[in-house]
Amino acid sequence: MAAKPIKIPVVSETEQETNTFLNGLWQQNPVFVQVLGMCPTLAVTNSAINALVMGLATMSVLLMSNILVSSLRYFIPRQVRIATYILIIATFVTAIDYVIQAVSLEIHNALGAFISLIVVNCLILGRAEAFASRNTVNKSIQDALGMGLGFTLALLLLGIIRELLGQGSLFGIAIFPENYENWIIMLLPGGGFFTLGLLLLVFNWLQQRDTENSQ
Amino acid sequence: MNASGDSSDKSLYSRMYRAFVGVAAICGIVIIVVYQITAPIIADNQNRALETAIYKVLPEVASKKEFYLNTAGSFVTEKLQSNHVIYATYDLNQQLVGFAIPAQGMGYQDNIQLLYGYDPTKQAVVGMQIIQSRETPGLGSRIEDDPKFVENFLRLDVRLNETMNSLANAIVLVKPGKKTKAWEIDSISGATISSKAVGNIIQQSASFWLPKITQHYKEFEFGS
Repeated sequence: MAAKPIKIPVVSETEQETNTFLNGLWQQNPVFVQVLGMCPTLAVTNSAINALVMGLATMSVLLMSNILVSSLRYFIPRQVRIATYILIIATFVTAIDYVIQAVSLEIHNALGAFISLIVVNCLILGRAEAFASRNTVNKSIQDALGMGLGFTLALLLLGIIRELLGQGSLFGIAIFPENYENWIIMLLPGGGFFTLGLLLLVFNWLQQRDTENSQ
Repeated sequence: MNASGDSSDKSLYSRMYRAFVGVAAICGIVIIVVYQITAPIIADNQNRALETAIYKVLPEVASKKEFYLNTAGSFVTEKLQSNHVIYATYDLNQQLVGFAIPAQGMGYQDNIQLLYGYDPTKQAVVGMQIIQSRETPGLGSRIEDDPKFVENFLRLDVRLNETMNSLANAIVLVKPGKKTKAWEIDSISGATISSKAVGNIIQQSASFWLPKITQHYKEFEFGS
């Protein structure tokens, strides 16, 4: 999803590796703070399993592309870097697409075109450009794991809320009693927007409270 | 541009080419390796999904055989590139029990792919399974699992007319609970377009295949 340019804070070289990891998971969470990759976030989180697979697929692509981009960072001239990154990302997306088909055709069908659309997830290109192209392989792995896990957990949270309210189940297992009236809007795109909006509200409130406390 | 600029341009170009060719080579190798590893597993998965679907639409099946329709209008068992394929199914005594026929058509949001079972002795559709659909979750998606709707396809009359060239009665969609005839389908309220789409897909596919199957019936018997 093409979004307006977003300033991605670059982590300075001196910061600890654990910070790099936690940064993606919490302070700079791709979904709740950077608001990146909204297309899959809204589209495939109608069930927990879809959200989980999408998150893991994105994380694997991010990890592999970060590794390759950072190991080739002196080899790729700046003038052609974006085209090269896209080539690298597209390769790993194709690979992940095959892997998901091999693991489960059912999940592959449910996710549909959104697997191929990982190519245009700004999160991955954003991390390649802002982090992996300027940092060591080791740090890029930390960054990919942190950001990827942050993305996966955010998607999973949305998926859990939407599946629970929309179908009364979790990972396909019925949770609510049978006479629970399914809240179908939660499965439709509208429900995605509502849930994301509310979660962003909570996240911003938490961060604001943190800043006020630290002052 | 001066002479030194030219030479630095050249070195930049060669670095750009080197980067592209190098990265493309790495990417090519990655894709080939992953494809080689996953291709047999994916083919296996697809086969298993098809077999499960066939078993669901024709429960007494023990084995199946693919028949392709060639351009001359006759059935052959050699694999053809066309998607004009049906599966003849046999029971344990190698008796022909029916046909599993894949069909597809436009639904509310995207193509719906389904598989239905045809029983030639009953001249009826005896089962239907949605293979792939992207209908609205909770509404149109009920074509897959709404028990009342799925029941329509356990005995749906598709007998041919006397000249054996088209269905005697077109499949008709009626309002929920208003089904009175064997060739009618009760639609789902709240999923009218999706349920109508399923009816149309089967109607079109049955009018295409059933006259051909009846005409070539002997060719499908086991071993022939």
